Amino acid sequence: MTAMLNIKDLRAYYGQVQALHGLSFSLNEGSLTTLLGANGAGKTTTLRAICNMVRSTGAIEFEGKPLSGKSTENVVRLGIAHVPQGRGTFTTMTVEENLQLGAITRNNKKAVVTDIERMYEHFPVLKERHTQQAGTLSGGEQQMLAVARALMLRPRLMLLDEPSFGLAPLIVRELFKILGKINREEKVTILVVEQNAQLALELADQAYVIETGRIVMSGNAKDIANNEDVRKSYLGY
Amino acid sequence: MSAVEEAANEAPAVEAVPKRAMTLGYGTSLVVLALLIIVPMFLKNFFVFQLTMLLIYALAVLALNILTGGSGQFSLGQSAFYAVGAYTSAILMEHMGVNYALTLPVAGIICFGFGFLFGQPALRLSGIYLALATFALAVAMPQLLKLGFFEHWTGGVQGLVVTKPDAPFGLPISQDRWLYYFTLVVSIGIYIASVNLLKSRSGRAFMAIRDNEIAASAMGVDVALYKTLAFGVSAGITGVAGGLGAIAVQFVAPDGYTITLAISLFLGMVVGGVGWLPGSIVGSAFIIFVPNIAEHISKGLSGAVFGVLLFLVIFLVPHGARQVAMVAQQMLGKLKKN
Amino acid sequence: MELFTNQVLAGIATGAIYACMALAVVMIYQAIDHLNFAQGEMAMFSTFISWQLMQWGIPYWWAFLATLIISFAGGIIIERLLFKPLAKAPVLTNVAGFIALFAIVNSVAGLIWDFTIKQYPTPFGSSPFLGSQLISTHQAGMIGVTVGLLILLYLFFQFTRIGLAMRAAAAMPESARLVGINTSWMIALGWGMASAIGAIAGILIAPVVFLEPNMMGGVLIYGFAAAVLGGLTSPLGAVVGGFLVGVFENLAGTYIPGVGNELKLPIALALIITVLVLKPAGLFGRPIVKRV
Repeated sequence: MTAMLNIKDLRAYYGQVQALHGLSFSLNEGSLTTLLGANGAGKTTTLRAICNMVRSTGAIEFEGKPLSGKSTENVVRLGIAHVPQGRGTFTTMTVEENLQLGAITRNNKKAVVTDIERMYEHFPVLKERHTQQAGTLSGGEQQMLAVARALMLRPRLMLLDEPSFGLAPLIVRELFKILGKINREEKVTILVVEQNAQLALELADQAYVIETGRIVMSGNAKDIANNEDVRKSYLGY
Repeated sequence: MSAVEEAANEAPAVEAVPKRAMTLGYGTSLVVLALLIIVPMFLKNFFVFQLTMLLIYALAVLALNILTGGSGQFSLGQSAFYAVGAYTSAILMEHMGVNYALTLPVAGIICFGFGFLFGQPALRLSGIYLALATFALAVAMPQLLKLGFFEHWTGGVQGLVVTKPDAPFGLPISQDRWLYYFTLVVSIGIYIASVNLLKSRSGRAFMAIRDNEIAASAMGVDVALYKTLAFGVSAGITGVAGGLGAIAVQFVAPDGYTITLAISLFLGMVVGGVGWLPGSIVGSAFIIFVPNIAEHISKGLSGAVFGVLLFLVIFLVPHGARQVAMVAQQMLGKLKKN
Repeated sequence: MELFTNQVLAGIATGAIYACMALAVVMIYQAIDHLNFAQGEMAMFSTFISWQLMQWGIPYWWAFLATLIISFAGGIIIERLLFKPLAKAPVLTNVAGFIALFAIVNSVAGLIWDFTIKQYPTPFGSSPFLGSQLISTHQAGMIGVTVGLLILLYLFFQFTRIGLAMRAAAAMPESARLVGINTSWMIALGWGMASAIGAIAGILIAPVVFLEPNMMGGVLIYGFAAAVLGGLTSPLGAVVGGFLVGVFENLAGTYIPGVGNELKLPIALALIITVLVLKPAGLFGRPIVKRV
């Protein structure tokens, strides 16, 4: 397998404060990788750095092309869909408009229409509400919408920032099932940042653990799940 | 967008300035004070008069700063409060023979009441809508002052001439110089009171409202009370400034208090740095001197020159004089370390 | 009763001016989330450009078209040059920028074309419209153009991809970037469109108020008021608001004793504020339901 995303010595700054201290990792094409870590470890910053939404140094390569110096929208146009924390829903617009926005960079109108239908198959609840203002959806529904919106890009790589945040456990399970399906069936490489380590490790095939802006552990998700330190710190048994 | 949504969701329009960063250190304050006392001794009367106006506008900018920088509310209607203060002083002095110094507290109190009352309907409005409401007040004020109904008191379109006070106790200084030092004492008093107000419980309540209204109300801050209170305090200080202005200019007339004045005060606040009280004097200097400079550079294009200068300032220091002060402080800090 | 009908008609006629300006105001508010205080001056400048073109012998409609294109480009250039650098500055600093732009445009127009009042032609003629003395064919034409513009804008924002992108960029810039929208250019585009619409407003208004550098002062205030009254997010609201403000103003001038020309504006504003206090999002502003 070839590495799709390669990150070397990534450092990121918020004003004077350094949030990442030389992070390096890579994602294999078609993999589902999770990035674990406590609050403030730098998980969100890592995702934001990939999309150039935060000042950073170091090398990020996507399919062999360097991303540094590219604006956020141009990174997205390469096929990297980012579902941010807080889901980034266009709250004042309808569900359908949200899906159209996901595909706003695509020129083939017909394909977009069929993709919207496909999303409604994946997420029937969105079809029921397609004319409703997106802000009126429940948290779980908004997260479904955010994933669907990201898929509308036909991404090669999807970045998810704590998709489980604020959702009921049952809904999280459902969501993760869908993510697994997307990864297998649509061949989308996924990087998911999570605090819910247990579920994330069940889902993922690769895992990285990040602490205070550095990668401290990496490997097969199963091995990580069995690691004693990880069990104690992140899984709680 | 509904007001609730705006309050809940958007980043506050006014940046959160921490309390500590709203004032100057003791050392710097003393230097500025010394300059303000000594420099006018060596100036001609006309320049002393200009410095008096500098202090007066600085007070008005400070008042707006408390409202906007402190409590996060926006007002384009400050000229109306300024006018009420000016007319209060003028009418008391000329029609009732009240001593000029005593008219100022009256002007302050009347404007406080006026602002407090105006703050009531303003409570329902925020951002752009509040701007429009206060703007309406500013536009209406000169027209109201011209109404025939008040003409006996206000002098209608003609306005009122105000007598310039002499220095008391036979002090051997000119009227202009005396008025300057009188204004300086009032200004320092109000500045210190304002600094203390923002440091007090009320000040914390203002800032909590500025930064997040919903969170503030959840913590038990009486949002309605403090928002109207901020309006009242701001209007009160503006009123005192207006009263002083009437005395210094020796004249009040409706067309002296148009929306242009309110816009100038707003620009003064931005140039001085929103939420940074000492910046008020820098902002005041900008709105007094820069139009003159522009006029000197080109008579026909003075508006354009003013606009360009204003753009230069906001390009270089989008956060106003506060930014300059912060940079200077950092550099001083580095020097000390070395 | 006849007086009343006549005043309402006259109000609708002046309201058309406000509606047109309000539309331009809403347009830029949609794109950049601020009210541009210099918008009236930009419209005035555009109108002068069209006047100058006609002075050089270019026919009305060609001058009109050329002015639209120049204004559109001018709006974009102003944004790129002056306001893009301020994108990260505080909101209030941007407002100061609008005031600076106002001063510059007004002053430059005064220098080039001086402050004397100029006649401006109308393509619709100025005979009475349908036999009414209060509405002329020009004013009827103005209403027609405003409504037509409104429909075009509605179609643009609802049914085109770029319209959708512009709305998204204005409402949630960060999310918009994450779906690949170049928000910076959307803002510039918004400036261009607002500037072009302002030019149309100026060209329609000029035959009524005459052409001079200060022609837009009053109109812009009413335009703002109308836009706010209608709800800043709704182009339809802006147009309805414009007509309402025109009617308000005329009726207040006629029926409230002691209200001369001078007090018309404050009274109209006071009424608008009353409406806002009762309905803070404006008459047509979409109240937003939101889960926290």
